[in-house]
Formats: sequence, structure tokens, C-alpha cells
Amino acid sequence: MTVEAPTGPAALGQSRRGRWGAGSIAPVVVILVLLLVAVGIRQPDFYDPPALLAFLKRAAPLIILAAGQYFVIVAGDFDLSVGSLVTAEVVIAARLIDGDPGATWPVVALVLGFGLLVGLVNGLVTTLLLVPSFITTLGMYLILVGAVYTWTGGSPRGALSEEFRMLGRRGIEGVPWLGEIPYAVLILLVLAGLAILAMRSDFGKVLLAVGDNPRAARLAGGRVAGVRTIAFVVSGGCAAVAAILLGGFGGVSFQVGAGLEFTAITAVVLGGVVLGGGRGSVVGAMLGALTLQTLLTLLNLLGVAGALASAVQGLIILAAVAIGGLRART
Amino acid sequence: MHDVGKSFYGVSVLSNVDIDVYPGEVHAVVGENGAGKSTLMKIASGVHQPDSGSLRIAGEPVVLHNPREAQAAGVGIIHQEFNLLPERTVAENVFLGREPTRRGLVDRRAMRARTAELLASVGAETVRPTDRVGQLGVAQQQVVEIVKALSLDARILIMDEPTAALADHEVELLYALVRRLQARGIGILYVSHRLAEVFDLSSRITVLKDGRRVVTVDTADATPEALVRHMVGRELASYYPPKAGAPGAALVTLAGAGNGRLRPIDLELRSGEVLGVGGLQGSGRSALARALFGVESFTAGQMTLDGKPVRPRSPRQAVRAGIAYVTEDRKGEGLALSQSVLDNALLASRAATPRWFGGGARTTSVRALLAAVEVHAAGVDQEVRYLSGGNQQKVVLARWLAMAPRVLLFDEPTRGIDVGAKAAIHELIRDLADKGAAVLMISSELPELLGMSDRIVVMRDGALAGELPGDASEEAVLSLATGTPHEVPA
Repeated sequence: MTVEAPTGPAALGQSRRGRWGAGSIAPVVVILVLLLVAVGIRQPDFYDPPALLAFLKRAAPLIILAAGQYFVIVAGDFDLSVGSLVTAEVVIAARLIDGDPGATWPVVALVLGFGLLVGLVNGLVTTLLLVPSFITTLGMYLILVGAVYTWTGGSPRGALSEEFRMLGRRGIEGVPWLGEIPYAVLILLVLAGLAILAMRSDFGKVLLAVGDNPRAARLAGGRVAGVRTIAFVVSGGCAAVAAILLGGFGGVSFQVGAGLEFTAITAVVLGGVVLGGGRGSVVGAMLGALTLQTLLTLLNLLGVAGALASAVQGLIILAAVAIGGLRART
Repeated sequence: MHDVGKSFYGVSVLSNVDIDVYPGEVHAVVGENGAGKSTLMKIASGVHQPDSGSLRIAGEPVVLHNPREAQAAGVGIIHQEFNLLPERTVAENVFLGREPTRRGLVDRRAMRARTAELLASVGAETVRPTDRVGQLGVAQQQVVEIVKALSLDARILIMDEPTAALADHEVELLYALVRRLQARGIGILYVSHRLAEVFDLSSRITVLKDGRRVVTVDTADATPEALVRHMVGRELASYYPPKAGAPGAALVTLAGAGNGRLRPIDLELRSGEVLGVGGLQGSGRSALARALFGVESFTAGQMTLDGKPVRPRSPRQAVRAGIAYVTEDRKGEGLALSQSVLDNALLASRAATPRWFGGGARTTSVRALLAAVEVHAAGVDQEVRYLSGGNQQKVVLARWLAMAPRVLLFDEPTRGIDVGAKAAIHELIRDLADKGAAVLMISSELPELLGMSDRIVVMRDGALAGELPGDASEEAVLSLATGTPHEVPA
């Protein structure tokens, strides 16, 4: 802007991270396009706007979880507690609402608050007590599972109100051409926008630096512990939102969040985000989630059993991390 | 070793060095930091391969591709930092990776017996083969390292600053051990800063300087004064910017300030002045800078900034008080290597004074700063890891310039930087002082220290050993740093 010298720093060149380096989103975009083409061949009406929106609605919880997980992973940590947090939130909401429509909105607020609180505890234990986040959140996972089972006496009680379920199920109806715009998609768009803005802000840049080199971030005057803690809070909040949406289209059960932590981590890694922190974008993480959802849809269309889908997910996470490592080395 | 040369990334760190060690001889290698001692040792022990020249052991030319081959050829090395497993026993450490076996199982008894023998052979019966290494003292751990080398039938032992970690009474024990090894016909290459022990132990001394061998002398014919002259004797070839006239007012004062690593220090940092800090590595120079910057804060005494008492307890507080710190470990602590040039240059602004709005103006001014310090990169979006050392350092400088600090602490600001960029950084440092900043500059490189500083303090063992004017001699700095070579028995 102020300098025009061609060799100077203002001469924007293509960095070596550029197109295909570790942390870039190009590979996931290519995979996503290929998968979308494959789904389209298998099911031509997939591209009708209403069908596409319905697909996005199904993908929204995973994309939101992946966005939350991204903040934690890019700072160099893990959040393994989100799956059980989703379960806990749904079960808690069902029991507290117990079919009473009047309780809906207070309980939604409570669910969000509880998610943020769990994230805060994860963050403080990790940064103040210096427990590796892998262990902190694994512990939180077990605590939540145990607490929910104990609290409900072994099987979920109560029921979600129709108002609560509406958030995940319904949308703005009668929109020309698009048909119904699901609330889940709107919520997704708002959160995705916020996530992108956050990563472009000072906070996001410092978060990346913390994941890359915490000592350098600290010596530059950064609040390393604070930034990492906020990342956990974001992840907890995203898990709460995902729980609200999932409670809408799934039933109330202990299975609603099972395994979601690994699905989210797989999605983030698939999106080119490097485990260990410092590289990768939140857009990549969300595209990774969309790609994973597309793949699961395709497997479903091809008649692959659900059990095998889990194995495919395992293969993806191994391949993505291995390839990411190779790309980082070159 | 004959005619050995080595360069890293085009920077020659060792050229045409000849050195030889006879059986039963202690050959000392001395030189300033950066003279090429470590590189020489690493070549002798197979860590690095020479670009030119050759190595011969017992007359046979050898090529050592890695430390394992060096061990097999009979070269053992005792590093300053030990390579021991603290949770394992002495015997397990000595035979790590090549445990004696019986019927496929580790023969612990044989291992212990052999270790005991080796320990006895160096007169270290106080160390037992079954002791856990982590519970041993530093001197005993060193014995374990030596015994480990002996168990490999080392004929040549390289010792890197072996007394650096030892207490005074332990040094005597090491002397005795070295003499025993000598009597067994082992040739020892003894690397040290400390002239006193070099004179006590060695039969010959080689002085290295700027990667070249200056001289090899019989210890009997040498004097400490002559050695110091050889170590520093060089022309001030490089250009340094003109020094300050009269220094300004005191900006930072320390009164009895100290912590676990620093004895109470009284010091003034003055506006417009470059204060050089000399001393050996580990003398507390970096600890002083880190305490001023709140990394490992002062725990005692007073620190004032602009007459007001302050004691930064974190880098964040220091940065916000107007202090900047350019660390010695640029890659480990200075830069977030996977982030872009621009993001690195903006890191302090964003981290210490985050904002929601107005980021654009800040970015514009940091881009201008990057241009002003003449960072050469493919673009501001390039990852900083791909820049040369000099350009990386300029990125760090731009980061701090954006904060307009009043106090700047530089720790080895030009380490690993090519000559051209070095001069540019020197000018930037001087320019900052001329604009009224108080600059503290730590340097192991004496010409830089003398060429840049308006005033010099020399540190030794965590305390200020003395203060010198900016036009002091290299000998004066070195004698304060090493503890007056005039007292060394000749």
C-alpha cells in the first residue's frame, strides 16, 4: 500500500504455502468437488435447491462442531469432550423441558451456558494446571458420561418440546425456488461468518501464533493461557449449538453425541489443519466437515453399511495426517 | 585432522584447520564463542562431515559419516550437556543399546561387573553401577559419560567445556581423572574457555579464531597474555556506525536487582545510549535481559522505568511498559515460523495491544516498517521460515519498531546473520538509540560489542564483573569475562 518497490515486502508474491502446502484448503476442495459429482451421478435430484438445503441442514451440526474443534486444534490442543458434551446437553434439555413448551427458551440459554462452562473448565485445567489437553478433555468426557448416566438413572427421561426441536428440524417456509430455508442452515451461516471474522481478528492471528510457537507468542506480549482457554470455550459453545440442532432431528438418547469428537477431529484434519497447531484455516475445517458428510452420504447411497463408514473415517484420519506431515516436510 | 573446512549455508565456519592429538596427550583448544570450536569437535565426532580436508586416526584415513562410526573408530565425546537417561542405572546407561546378553536376555550381572571395572579403572569407586543416574551429582554423571566412552574403547576423547557445570572442588577430581586417562594412553582434545585449567592440564594449546587456526603452541612456552592476544587479535574490519555523543538521562535503573540466577545488580540504562553486555555464555547476560523483560522476573531489589518503580512479571507487562526484547534464539522464541512475514511483524501489536477495529491502519504502518528495514521476501505473505537469518531478524525488529519501545534489549542481535545484514542491523540499533531509546545489547562477538557500545558491562557468574568505556580493548573485556588471566599460573 505504501511501498511500491517490486522486491519489497509490499510486492505480494505467492508464498510457498500457496496452493498445496500444509494448511491450505485446495486439496479438500478438490475432494469435495469429486464427491459432490459422484453423489450427483448416483442421485441426480441431489442438486435441487431444497434437497441441497436439506443436505446442508444434516451437515450443519458436524460443521459447527468442526469449527469449534478447529479453534482448539489450531492452538495446539485437542477437545475430546465434545461428543459426550452433546449427549449431556440433549439429555439435560429433555429432562428439564420435559415436554413443557414454556421451558424451551430458558433451557436453550442454559444449554449454551453449560457448553461454555465446560469449555472454560477444560481450558483452565489445561492452561493453569498444565494438564495436557488430550487428558483434560478425555477426563471431561468420562465425567460427563458418568454424570449424565447417574443423573438420569440409566435411561434418558423427559422429552424435548416441539419448539426446541423446531430449531433443528424446521425452517422458514414458502421461500420461492428454495422452498424451506432450515433454521439450522441459518445458524450455520451466522456461526461460520463469526468464526471467519474471529480468525481474521487479532485474537485469531494470535491464536495461530500460539499454536505455532507459544514461546514466541508469549515473548511478543501475548496471553497464551488466555487465548488457549478461549479456544476451549468456543469449542464448548459450538458443541452446545450442535447439541440443540441434533436434539431436533435425532431422538433423545445416550447415542446422540457418541463418537462425534472423532468425527469432528477427522473433519478438521481433512480440511488441511495440522495437528499440533499453527497451520490451517477455519474455512478448511468446515469444508472438511462438509466433505466428510458428503462422503457418508455417498457411502449410504452406495449401500455401504454404517459400520464400515466408521472404518472409512479411520482411514481418512490416518491418510490426512500422514499426507499433511509429508506436505509440511517438503 | 588435516586441512579441515566446513561451511553451513554458504557461511564458512571453519577453514583449513589442522590439529593433531598424540596418545597420552591433552591438547587444548581455545577460542572465543563462534571461533569454530564446536564445529571442529562435531566433525571429529562424526556429527558433521567436513567439506574439505581429511581425518586420520593412527595414520589411517577415516571418513566418519555419523557419531556411531566415530565411536567405532575410537572417538568418544563428552558433551557439555550429558546424554544420559536419568531414570536408568549407571550400568544401564553405560551399556545402553549394546547390553551384554546371555541366551538372548540381558546379562545384568555381567553388565554391572564390567561397569564396576571401568569405574574402578578411572578411580571412581564412589559411583556404583546400580545407582540411578538422576540421583547422581553433575560430576558423577560426567564420570558416567566418560566411562561410557571408555567402554567403547575410545582412544581419543573430546571434552567440551568439561568444567562448565562443576563446582570448584569437583574440578580437582576431574583433573585427576584426566591425568589417569592420559596415563592409559588416551589422547584428549580439551575444549575450554578457561585458561587456568588449560594451563594446568594441557601439553599443547591450539587457538582458533574465526574458523581458522591461529597458532598451536607447547603449553610450556605459552603465557596467558599471549593466548588472549591470539584469541582476540583481529582488525576491526567491519564498519560500525558512529557512537553517541553525551548519553541522556537514565531511563531504567536497577538497584540490587536479582533473582535465582542473578546476584544483586546495580545498573543504569540511559536514553540515547547503547549499553553493551559482555561475558561468557551462561554468565547471566541473557538472564539479565529476561529479568528486565519479565520472562524470569527479578525477585529482589528495585527496578525503575522513568523514575517510577516497575517490576514486569510477564513479557506482556514489559511490552506494555515500552520494553522490547529481541531474543537470542530467533527460531525457538522469536518467530512463529509457519506464519507469514506480515503476521510475524504484527505479532506484538496484536498480542500485547489487541484491537477490534483499526487493524487496517496498523497493518499499513507495519508494511511500511518492513519496507523501511528492507526485509527481502517473496512477499509479505511468505512464511517467515523461508527467509534468511538476516531478514528474519529484520522482521523481528519491525515487530518491535511497531510498538515504539523506549527500552530495547538485544540478545546476540546478529548471530547467524551474514555480513551485509549485520551492518544494516547495527545501523538500525544505533538509529534507535539516536532517537532516544535506551538500548541494551548482549554480544559474544567482541568486535561487535566494542564497535557498537557506548559503555560496556561485563558479567561473570551471574554478577557484574565490571564496567568499561566503549573504547575499551578486547583484552580488557575478555579478562573481566574469564576472571583476570593475569592471575593464571603460567
